Amino acid sequence: MKLLLKNGRVIDPASGFDAVADVLVDDGRIAAVGKNLQAADAEMVDCAGKVVAPGLIDMHVHLRDPGLEAKEDIVSGTQAAAAGGFTTVACMANTRPVVDSSILVEGLRERARRDGVVHVGVIGALSKGLEGKELAEIGDMKLAGAVAISDDGHHVTRASLFKAGLEYAAMFDCLVITHAEDESLVDGGYMHEGAVSAMLGIPGRPSVAEDIAISRDIMLAEYTGTPIHIAHVSTKGSVDIIRAAKLRGVKVTAEATPHHLTLTDAEVSSFNTATKVNPPLRSADHVAALRQGLKDGTIDVIASDHAPHAYEEKDVEFRYAPSGFTGLETSLGVILTELYHTGEFTLPEIIDRMSARPAGILKVAGGTLKEGAAADITVIDPDKVWTVDCDKLYTRGKASPFAGRRLKGQAVMTVVDGKIVMQEGQVRA
Amino acid sequence: MGKSNLSLRNKDILQLQGMSESQLQLILDTAREMKTIIDRDIKKVPTLRGKSIINLFFEPSTRTRTSFELAGKYLGADVVNITTSASSVVKGESMRDTLLTIEAMGVDAVVIRHEAEGSAQFASQILKPVVINAGDGAHEHPTQGLLDMFTVLQYKQRLEGLKVVIVGDVLHSRVARSDIWGMKTLGADVHVAGPAPLLAREMETMGVTVHTSVEEAIEGADVINVLRIQKERQGKGLFPSGREYARLFGINAKRLQLAKPDALVLHPGPMNRGLEISPEVAYGAQSAIQEQVKNGLAIRMAILYLVLMGGEEVEVTA
Repeated sequence: MKLLLKNGRVIDPASGFDAVADVLVDDGRIAAVGKNLQAADAEMVDCAGKVVAPGLIDMHVHLRDPGLEAKEDIVSGTQAAAAGGFTTVACMANTRPVVDSSILVEGLRERARRDGVVHVGVIGALSKGLEGKELAEIGDMKLAGAVAISDDGHHVTRASLFKAGLEYAAMFDCLVITHAEDESLVDGGYMHEGAVSAMLGIPGRPSVAEDIAISRDIMLAEYTGTPIHIAHVSTKGSVDIIRAAKLRGVKVTAEATPHHLTLTDAEVSSFNTATKVNPPLRSADHVAALRQGLKDGTIDVIASDHAPHAYEEKDVEFRYAPSGFTGLETSLGVILTELYHTGEFTLPEIIDRMSARPAGILKVAGGTLKEGAAADITVIDPDKVWTVDCDKLYTRGKASPFAGRRLKGQAVMTVVDGKIVMQEGQVRA
Repeated sequence: MGKSNLSLRNKDILQLQGMSESQLQLILDTAREMKTIIDRDIKKVPTLRGKSIINLFFEPSTRTRTSFELAGKYLGADVVNITTSASSVVKGESMRDTLLTIEAMGVDAVVIRHEAEGSAQFASQILKPVVINAGDGAHEHPTQGLLDMFTVLQYKQRLEGLKVVIVGDVLHSRVARSDIWGMKTLGADVHVAGPAPLLAREMETMGVTVHTSVEEAIEGADVINVLRIQKERQGKGLFPSGREYARLFGINAKRLQLAKPDALVLHPGPMNRGLEISPEVAYGAQSAIQEQVKNGLAIRMAILYLVLMGGEEVEVTA
């Protein structure tokens, strides 16, 4: 089956291509990119005024499958991904049971292959049961196809275990992703520690907790000479620490979320549980530093940390609500609204950080429109104005700090392996 | 009492932050009249006859709950107390369902005390009846703030220009936050003092001066509000011992001499005598601690009256 995307602005940061052109897809691969391509037997899509980009990749999501299906499952989660313009997502291991063995990695991959709408990369746990005590069978999971290793949701408190995990995973060329917050400093805290927490009386999670944890983890990666990826960077101190480490040649990469790049702790003043997240929404100085870090390459990737929860879990007092909220379907719109339409970032910069770079870090297919590459494509209407209506999202986790927000820019088509899986907001099963 | 176009009728009383000077004055003026009822031989007036009030306490409380209960009863309302030893979440019923159950019984006001910040606000989004915050975590305790203001006004006739010092575990204190907002709105110069781990430097953005030296703070003070020290904070490593706290931060007769000679001493209770306050200060001539309790009743009567009947001319001196 052939697909011909006509007259879009084709942006492929991996090859430096940025021009109005056609993209021809044949048999699940990019067959050609150029002017005036013809293919009589192809399904033709007019992309004039739109951006044709390599499929977006979200390297940090929680699909909640297996075991937590009230929050999300493979079907609803990958539908949300397709709706948001993502062709690949990488899912974290904090499910029930925890994805900490090869049979779980294989099972989840098989389930994703069978029921998923987009590609799913499975991230295995670093420690058995995410308990931070013993290493999980990292080698076995990598051989079963895990794309990375992480105890996301927890910082690995024991430095010795984390050091061993870095060294062990590196033997298999397996990336370690760290959720870096010093637990003793954030324990019992529900929001950023600062002027707003002082006003609300809510116990804080100080920014220095992240700075300390990131420092330690980077030092261990530097000492062992192994690569490390920092999840959801949220503080000014972290950006400085990562920037300095990169200058020293440490193999560190990092991601930031749309919410940490655009929202501040002032959002919490309403006690809205949809603003509760770990790491917490920070003050404006941190937000500015994150954007600077994203601009100068200190932060490589935008990832949503899509963390859906069931309605009843979020419909409680602020303190008792679980942390996290939906992100896949708002990620691109928020980024385009806040970073592109404000003139801070160009479209190639944004696509680079949402597609090419995560593909390179996770070493997964996609992330480029080069001929011969897998035909994972996202068509974006950068000027489409829309309103976030949480009830209409594909995800089961309806809580979002962006609920009701008017956004400018949205994915209008998602193509996975040459097949259209989403068009004009409608996901095709 | 007169008619007023800044009626609080059907208004939730959630926090003193954002409450206007005229709203605060209305409550304080109304409380002054209510206080005359408390001293009567026959205290019951029919003002709120036919109104029902639920005291929904998710956290243990003696004085606040009793105060709200008597306030409602003195005004003729039906008052029911619901005390849960654990939060609704722990019990298995959500707060939303607990509240909807109460609402279905036709109550007019719900007084809520809860250990989690923002709970009263959450309740107000669910409930049609009026919600009165009787303390939500470390956030606010608006009726305590008002009774503290009322007490200062009783002795000093003004708050404008007074130096008010709040001493103790300010970080975890809902009383401190309500005092700060309310007293600042009426023009007081508010200072907070205590050991650094029990303070937040960022409270300066609320317009107060933050001190770690209690002596420095109470120098020339007109009012000292001594907060309760919760002993479990010691277990969390926030201060070394009660002994050291009393020595360095406790309000005793010697420290009190640093304040103005007629400085007023407040304490929201319950007191740890010998820890944050010495007995000679607690029971001394400058202490208004007993009067605070009576004033609390007057403030709660005023608030119940204003939110349930506010716009109507009702003869309270019946």
